[in-house]
Amino acid sequence: MSIEVKFFASMRDLIGDDCEIGSETLKEHTISTVDDIWDHCARGKTRPENVLIAVNMNYVDGKALVKEGDEVAFFPPVTGG
Amino acid sequence: MTIIIDSKAFDPWKVLDDYQQNMPHLEGQYGATAVFVGTMRDFNEGDNVSEMFLEHYPGMTERHLENICKLATGEYQLLESLVVHRVGAIKPNEPIVLVAVWTAHRKQAFEACREIMEDLKSKAPFWKKEQLKDGQDRWVKKNTNGY
Repeated sequence: MSIEVKFFASMRDLIGDDCEIGSETLKEHTISTVDDIWDHCARGKTRPENVLIAVNMNYVDGKALVKEGDEVAFFPPVTGG
Repeated sequence: MTIIIDSKAFDPWKVLDDYQQNMPHLEGQYGATAVFVGTMRDFNEGDNVSEMFLEHYPGMTERHLENICKLATGEYQLLESLVVHRVGAIKPNEPIVLVAVWTAHRKQAFEACREIMEDLKSKAPFWKKEQLKDGQDRWVKKNTNGY
């Protein structure tokens, strides 16, 4: 099991393609929250203040806990309609 | 309740007519239908816009729109609701979004249609990228508050 991390719109331009974090990496880097996921995937890039986060397609904040099998997404403010 | 996300252009009035024709079980029950149609402009923030690309988060977008409509159904006693939203490449003057609700009385219809639309604009995961006439492109940074 792993955690799938998705980036949409301008977040994809900032960070790059979606990534997958495997079990061993999760343990090795003690990744347990959404903030940890960002730090791991963003490789030093600052997270914009207005970024929105979803875990398993539900809005959360950066302190939310993650577990193997979760899908985590980072995206900018929405602009549909 | 129906949610449609489609990359093909649509005629909101035809969609609306077809949808209403297919709800004979509600004949005589609804006294109000409120409709909102959002259409692409050819200008934004002082620039001429020639095309737009609408991205969404497959799965989460549909789920979020369903939740909005479910909540509105309980709060405003909706008899039926319909949301259609374009994704992909869009040209000016093409409809982007259709929201329609059917209720017994107009107060609930007006309020529910507005609430669904404003929630969609502020929380449903869609993102617009504009192609400007001068060749540049840019992500739209935020939607304005409609209230």
